[in-house]
Amino acid sequence: MNVAGLYNYWIVILLMMTGFYVVISSGNLVKKIIGLNLFQASVFILYISMGKVMNGAVPILREGVTTYSNPLPHVLILTAIVVGVATTALGLALVVRIREAYGSVEEDDIHRQDESL
Amino acid sequence: MRDNPVLRIVAKIIIPVILLFALYVQFHGDFGPGGGFQAGVIFAAGFILYGLVFGTEALRNAIPPGLLRFAIALGLVLYAGVGATTMLLGSDYLAYGALAHDLIGGQHLGIFLVELGVGVTVSAVIVTIFLAFAGRNDP
Amino acid sequence: MISAQLPALQVVVPLLAAPLCLVLHRPFAAWLLTFVVSGISLLVSVALLGQILEQGVIDYTFGGWAAPFGIAYHIDFANAYVLLIVTAISTVVSIFARRSVASEIEAHSQGLFYTAWLLCLTGLLGITITGDAFNLFVFLEISSLSSYVLIAMGNDRKALTAAYQYLIMGTIGATFILIGIGLLYMLTGTLNMLDMAQRLIAVADSRTARTGFAFLTVGLGLKIALFPLHLWLPNAYAYAPSAVSAFLAATATKVAVYVLLRFMFSVFGIDFALGAMPLSTMLVVLGSVAVLSASTVAIFQHNLKRMLAYSSIAQIGYLVLGVSLATPAGLTATLLHLFNHALMKGALFLALGCIAWRLGSVRLGDLGGLGYRMPWTMGVFVIGGLSLIGLPLTAGFISKWYLVLAAVERGWWPVVLVIIAGSLLAVIYVWRVIETAYLGKTKEAVSGTEAPLSMLVPAWLLAIANLYFGMHTELSAGIASQAAMVLFGGQP
Repeated sequence: MNVAGLYNYWIVILLMMTGFYVVISSGNLVKKIIGLNLFQASVFILYISMGKVMNGAVPILREGVTTYSNPLPHVLILTAIVVGVATTALGLALVVRIREAYGSVEEDDIHRQDESL
Repeated sequence: MRDNPVLRIVAKIIIPVILLFALYVQFHGDFGPGGGFQAGVIFAAGFILYGLVFGTEALRNAIPPGLLRFAIALGLVLYAGVGATTMLLGSDYLAYGALAHDLIGGQHLGIFLVELGVGVTVSAVIVTIFLAFAGRNDP
Repeated sequence: MISAQLPALQVVVPLLAAPLCLVLHRPFAAWLLTFVVSGISLLVSVALLGQILEQGVIDYTFGGWAAPFGIAYHIDFANAYVLLIVTAISTVVSIFARRSVASEIEAHSQGLFYTAWLLCLTGLLGITITGDAFNLFVFLEISSLSSYVLIAMGNDRKALTAAYQYLIMGTIGATFILIGIGLLYMLTGTLNMLDMAQRLIAVADSRTARTGFAFLTVGLGLKIALFPLHLWLPNAYAYAPSAVSAFLAATATKVAVYVLLRFMFSVFGIDFALGAMPLSTMLVVLGSVAVLSASTVAIFQHNLKRMLAYSSIAQIGYLVLGVSLATPAGLTATLLHLFNHALMKGALFLALGCIAWRLGSVRLGDLGGLGYRMPWTMGVFVIGGLSLIGLPLTAGFISKWYLVLAAVERGWWPVVLVIIAGSLLAVIYVWRVIETAYLGKTKEAVSGTEAPLSMLVPAWLLAIANLYFGMHTELSAGIASQAAMVLFGGQP
């Protein structure tokens, strides 16, 4: 198996697992969002690396260039990045509201406060 | 940060340049890399820098929240409105060809308006998000 | 001319209305716009269904770019049917929403509430109507983000944590779907679902196809709230505003089930999805466990919205059981239950909304004697509850009957037993409510009687629909079986 030649996928997997692990293991609501961002970033890289065409040029029409990289994954992932920004903003907004309501951003604290009611 | 003269002066010089560069990215999107989303974020960055240096209160005075809300809606209406117009002209949704006499001209006009809508909405949304977080403890 | 533009209008009308709603900002104006737009969407989806009945399928291309290159909408019986469910529920629930929302959400947030509602409607309609895999992801996120906002607007602070939890789980699900779509795009080089289905035939026996399918299934499982990925659902439905619980319970998971069916049957094809992958076995186990465990947990809930939320997870189990049978009859049962469950859960959540409006609480202990003080509201709850149990002459009976028949046809007797056991468990949790409401002691401190007419009428509309579709099945079962045939024929 060609391990070194698939380095982009290794980066994707590494980032994805790191992000996923942070989302699951961290009890801090802000850190969970950071983990989610890492997780999404890995998918961005997956898409961007799939648009690469060997010896392909930047996809802008020019004289004397015949092979272009595939611009479609870039466009797709731009949309996904926007979605990621929106999700992060909404998630952090919820964390701000949760902190105002509970006085904490630690999952255990919040859980304990709800139980005691 | 309001009392730091270096920041104030640099901000005053750099903000117009940021806004101008945003407009360049916006209008260059027809021919090269660029477009509404990038331009909108850069445009918003100018306002955010202003808010960071001079305070959210000053930023709120510069662009009132009502205006921001209106801008968010305006951009989206511009985008969807272009599509609705092509539909009213008897073509498919967002088929820009219907906007002008020739296909190329119609596509230029269509993508220009759509990207403008994207730019307006994105910059307004980013500034709104900034104000929502940074201006949370304002009276 | 306008009839040719209906597919675009279906999504564009609510999309254009959302920014207008934001600008209007006044609660009544925003509500009126939401109601009118939902009504227009309903008319459009009825017209679309009419066109489908005449000509079979509708293709619509955006921006004049032909199908595999541009974004195309492809509408057949299956989407037209789901579109009808979503728009009908949105219309009925939006009538209810005005008084309910006015009592639960502060006046200055109501404009934003209805904006989020319209965006959620746009997203759900877009997911259903589109024939483009990436477009589907974008609409999925539009509907998800706006539903997080809608849930967070509940007046309990637990609504915030519920929305946060849903946001984390929902985003993981959506990202899984994105990975799945990305892998399929790598393999086939197209995003158009029709085109993808054709190109997949040659390359289906590859690790990439199987991985992509697995990512899509798990991601959609999260969105569907398929057991054991359901943990976000109970709190989200329990603490959301009443109108939102009714709207989302009746539409959001249904649309996700539709997407799963679309990918399983139209894109990958039945042989790959249920033949090459062990999905059928997995779904039958997960579906059975969902029905039994969620129904049992529902019995022990004191918050009635939470009880109905667990019941929803059980109903999703029935839907999945129908899919796992991998026969046209099983799929018909699933699609039929999609419709009937929207009716019954809509009616039940609206009845609870009336109770919450009057009592300010939906705890079982506060319901004593309510059957005599709010006879009309409890009437809706009783009809909805009977339909949930699956008593003859109600819509719930029809879908369970089809499901049992389909299971018998395959000779899967344990599934039949699971369905009957689930119904018996439903008898217990519905009876607890009815017993308290009619035989329990009235609390002296509470006064007041019925909910206002603008809340009772939509609740009764859904209750009557439960009875009507329990007796006249030509329409619902007819379209469901047509849709099942379309999905099974491999023709998206």
